[in-house]
Amino acid sequence: MKKIVTRMGDGYLTELTEAELRRDLEEGTRDASEKGKIPPLSEDELKHLFDIFSDPSRFVSVEPGNEVILSFDGGTHKIYRLGVNTGRIHNFQLMERAVGADTMETGHLDYCFKAAKILLFEEQQELEQALLVTMLPIFYGAMPNLGVYSQPDGPFPNPAELLPKGKIKEARASQEEAVEMAVKDFVYVATALYEVGADGINFDTTGAAGDPDFLAALRATRILKEKHPEMCIELGMAGEFVIGMHGELEFDGVRLAGLYPHEQMKLAEKAGATIFGPAINSVTTKSGAWNVARAVTFVKPCVERGKLPVHANIGMGVGGTPVAEYPPADAVSRASKAMVEITRLDGL
Amino acid sequence: MGFGDPLGMAITHSIASGMGGVRTAGDLVGRMQMTRGMKLKEAKEYVANKLRVSVKELSDPVTMAEVRGDLDIGRVRSIPKFSKGIDAKFRIAELLGIKINCVDLFKQRVGREI
Repeated sequence: MKKIVTRMGDGYLTELTEAELRRDLEEGTRDASEKGKIPPLSEDELKHLFDIFSDPSRFVSVEPGNEVILSFDGGTHKIYRLGVNTGRIHNFQLMERAVGADTMETGHLDYCFKAAKILLFEEQQELEQALLVTMLPIFYGAMPNLGVYSQPDGPFPNPAELLPKGKIKEARASQEEAVEMAVKDFVYVATALYEVGADGINFDTTGAAGDPDFLAALRATRILKEKHPEMCIELGMAGEFVIGMHGELEFDGVRLAGLYPHEQMKLAEKAGATIFGPAINSVTTKSGAWNVARAVTFVKPCVERGKLPVHANIGMGVGGTPVAEYPPADAVSRASKAMVEITRLDGL
Repeated sequence: MGFGDPLGMAITHSIASGMGGVRTAGDLVGRMQMTRGMKLKEAKEYVANKLRVSVKELSDPVTMAEVRGDLDIGRVRSIPKFSKGIDAKFRIAELLGIKINCVDLFKQRVGREI
């Protein structure tokens, strides 16, 4: 029986029979469909995925004409995080000239607004210079990262310590205070970077600390767009499901806890975001085929039902790619092609 | 896209499904998404119309090297005496009929009208 060499969600190699591959694709789309209450992939779409995964080539790609725009969360970090001794301006030029990046991004190495606020002058200084020597559009990106507003890193009592003690009211109050402070930081930092020339602001990994994290990013987006209507804001998510760390927070009357990508996108649209980035987490114990089928099923309604350009998060461990420090190109190229050709989205 | 080493993630996506940035017209199409909120199809058609090429040619590095050279809007290599960096963006803003934030700020700094 013919075996198809493929990978698990943790990146390790595995082999599947054709029947096993079909089963994984069907189960992946069913999982997303049931959880998100969205349509599963059609027979034709599953067949297309089967063809992508059964292709024995090391690398696959979209057909000419189907190319999409790439935006890069933490783009310039990717070189010096390897330990390669370059600065951010060098990295902009490398990504522009050597990697074929359509857009690029910079941010504080700690990659959150609170950290960027402390070194804001230096962030402005470097961005302003980078803009002089590059041609591609540049985002300034950071995570909302509401976790850094609670003790010991921040001023507010830690909800993760309060909740196990049953202090739900106190945990919620702490998160509400953190949201207020975070929104001020996000607006302050984003405005400062926009005022030295950033083409866009990227709220990356939004919702990583649950519903208060998502709320803070939505509120900041609305304030920024009222202040600077021409500012491009990309709102990228942390996962397919907004975790209810608070549980009762709402934006424009919609409860945030438990929202799936197509519902998150509607709020991003209402807040005034320019680009929405759904993120679907990979499951390490399932195959790459299962993860990709599940991810594209979640992303498809965002493209079909929304007005915003959609750039799906498809970095390590999201969008059907494996959770592996050095993501293998065979797996990433399959996730890339599948996401583009099944969902017909606008970027990655 | 997100985390991962450049070859495993950024370069893989760039070859598998990216437009190609300044090698082609990826930066220009990206600007239309960012400044006008255009979906991909509309953004590609808009840029193709401005450059007087077909939508398919937008992703072709051979055609686009010539087009970018003729329009002097910046290319992969820094060619002496041709536009690059901020001066290429002055020309891109004019060509696409869009505002580019850093170009407007540059004009303000040198005392020119936006």
